[in-house]
Amino acid sequence: MEGLIHEEYYVNKGDYVTAGSASADMKRKLRQLGVSALILRRLAVASYEVELNLVIHSLGGKLIFDVDSEGVTLISEDRGPGIPDIEMAMKEGFSTANDEARSLGFGAGMGLPNMKRNADEFDIQSKVGVGTTITMRFLLK
Amino acid sequence: MTVADMVKITSGKILLGEEHQDLEISSAFCSDLMSDVLAFVNEETVLITGLMNPHVIRTSEMLDLKCILFVRGKQPSQEILEAAEEMGMVVLSTGHSAFTTCGLLYAAGLRGIAIRTQEAQ
Repeated sequence: MEGLIHEEYYVNKGDYVTAGSASADMKRKLRQLGVSALILRRLAVASYEVELNLVIHSLGGKLIFDVDSEGVTLISEDRGPGIPDIEMAMKEGFSTANDEARSLGFGAGMGLPNMKRNADEFDIQSKVGVGTTITMRFLLK
Repeated sequence: MTVADMVKITSGKILLGEEHQDLEISSAFCSDLMSDVLAFVNEETVLITGLMNPHVIRTSEMLDLKCILFVRGKQPSQEILEAAEEMGMVVLSTGHSAFTTCGLLYAAGLRGIAIRTQEAQ
């Protein structure tokens, strides 16, 4: 099945001001496609979380959205630094966020578990010194 | 309760969205942590917060929230109000603390959202 939409957004380390703009843009595009409000909200929340993670934790990376007739695949790829202990990072409340992120109301250690909860499929691969890739799938029905 | 009721109960004011005074508010969530708002809010609710930056609006946008109540008498910046206006949100303000604001609204019948935790799943 040929993809309906393919979008890539580059996200810079430390770019707190624009963090979330890719997710907001994608949400608008998907709304125009007629995606239901409930699925749209789950996708937007997970996307915003992963976008914030790129800004807060990564050295920079990109978000890739692929929409097909059955669902949306969202891939986040970064250039490091990688997560040493994924099991720990998946626990609610565990956070390594800096003060700047916390002052904006983030870094409560809810991001990764919240992505997993909102996505129909969730996969995280990480290698220290290389980078982290998170793949999420959202079914449209 | 309606937006107009909330304003009256909290001795607050409407900063944006005067035309939506009849909007029905069925539940509330109070937090300065947007991480928790993103993790716990899964229904239409009013966000009560003392946090004052554009990510409050962006978080609300992701969750389709229609009403925000700023506490502790803080005045949101023009940037925040413009972002909220673009989203068609109602923005309210009260001089009360978060605790007092929630107490007044709870006493008037407004209730919190259901919380799901990782342990409970």
